[in-house]
Amino acid sequence: MAKLTFDLKNNWWKLIAVILVLYTVIGGFLIKVPRIAIVQESVRNQFFHVSMWFSMMILLTTSLIFSIRYLSKSKTKFDLLAEEFAYMGIILGILGLATGSIWARFTWGAWWVNDAKLNGAAICMLIYLAYVILRNSIEDEIQRARIAAVYNIFAWSTLLPLLYILPRLTDSLHPGSGGNPGFNIYDLDNNLRLVFYPSIIGWTLLGLWIIQLRVRVKELKSKLEDIS
Amino acid sequence: MLLKQIRTLILQETIIEWRLKYAINGILLYLISVIFISYLSFRSQVSSLNPVIWNTLFWIIILFTAVNAVTKSFIQLNRGRLIYYYSIANPAAIILSKVIYNTLLLIGIGLTGLFMYSLVLGNPIDDLLLFIVNLLLGSVGFAGVLTMNSGIASKAANSTTLMAILSFPVILPLLLIIIRISKNALEGLDWSASYGPITYLCAIDIIVITISTILFPYIWRS
Repeated sequence: MAKLTFDLKNNWWKLIAVILVLYTVIGGFLIKVPRIAIVQESVRNQFFHVSMWFSMMILLTTSLIFSIRYLSKSKTKFDLLAEEFAYMGIILGILGLATGSIWARFTWGAWWVNDAKLNGAAICMLIYLAYVILRNSIEDEIQRARIAAVYNIFAWSTLLPLLYILPRLTDSLHPGSGGNPGFNIYDLDNNLRLVFYPSIIGWTLLGLWIIQLRVRVKELKSKLEDIS
Repeated sequence: MLLKQIRTLILQETIIEWRLKYAINGILLYLISVIFISYLSFRSQVSSLNPVIWNTLFWIIILFTAVNAVTKSFIQLNRGRLIYYYSIANPAAIILSKVIYNTLLLIGIGLTGLFMYSLVLGNPIDDLLLFIVNLLLGSVGFAGVLTMNSGIASKAANSTTLMAILSFPVILPLLLIIIRISKNALEGLDWSASYGPITYLCAIDIIVITISTILFPYIWRS
């Protein structure tokens, strides 16, 4: 029987990812949370919805950086990384939307409300889904890499006003803006903070791990194609 | 040098457009038909049309016409002309000339649209100056985003669909700000209420055009 070994030297961060995600799930459901009117126990969603959204922003920004590096260096590896980071960002974004939607159902009473932040999130997903479709509709690999990188940078920079300027122009129901009950990230309860920050790192590392696996599979596949 | 190239390219674009009148006439007819369709669909309620609906419908019509008008910038260029441009002009000059030309085109479309639209669906605008300023600034942003996306989409298969898919989410923030300012113009609010959104609109215009100019050479090269 093959012995199970774990290469701690290279894979320590995967261990941390597992520990942090477990900590988020277990701690997130068990710790004492502050009583806030209306929100109540649902404040725990912060460890899932908010932190997934944070790590989505981290991954999408990393994807942007790889796109910029691809344009300046033209290395295929950077394109592959930009693609996979964007895909993982989309997955976290969809999970963030889903958890947010469930939260909204029990706090606001509707799955979706017409709110600047929610619509911004939906448009953000549309932009990155368009990125996927753009990638799929260009045959030539080098051309695909370059055009996709250009769109990635272009889309990201128009996303910025969408996510950070528009919500400021309108009143928002969403926690963290206006005077509504909820968790403002700047005055978090210390207990919440104890799980919130680790959860961001946990989700991001888990995402990185998945990205690493997918990149390896793709690289092996392209090597196989070269051989055959 | 760059300015001279831009001027020549805009002039050349205008001359070509003028000689092949079918493209611009097609767009104008498209605009007028859509406005007429909206008029007929709203017929019974035209007199009591809610300003919010009036506003939204106007901008959606302008958006769709703009997408159709700008799509052809790169998608309909044939191979020979592309190579010709490639060999004689600076990429920055090409994108800037296209953006400026399309801005002028969209301003024309916007003003014609406004005229036709108010003719059949009434004109509840209180502050016409603000509305026109908004239209001008909006045209710059629309032209920037759409020209760039036309360049991107022209490199891919099924470019017409792709053009819409790529542009709509990117153009949405712009559209939302424009609709907000024009709502202020409709209600005749004081200009100070619109300074914030106008600043954002200008900021987005500048971001879009700068980024297009920086990124366009990479599309152009392929």
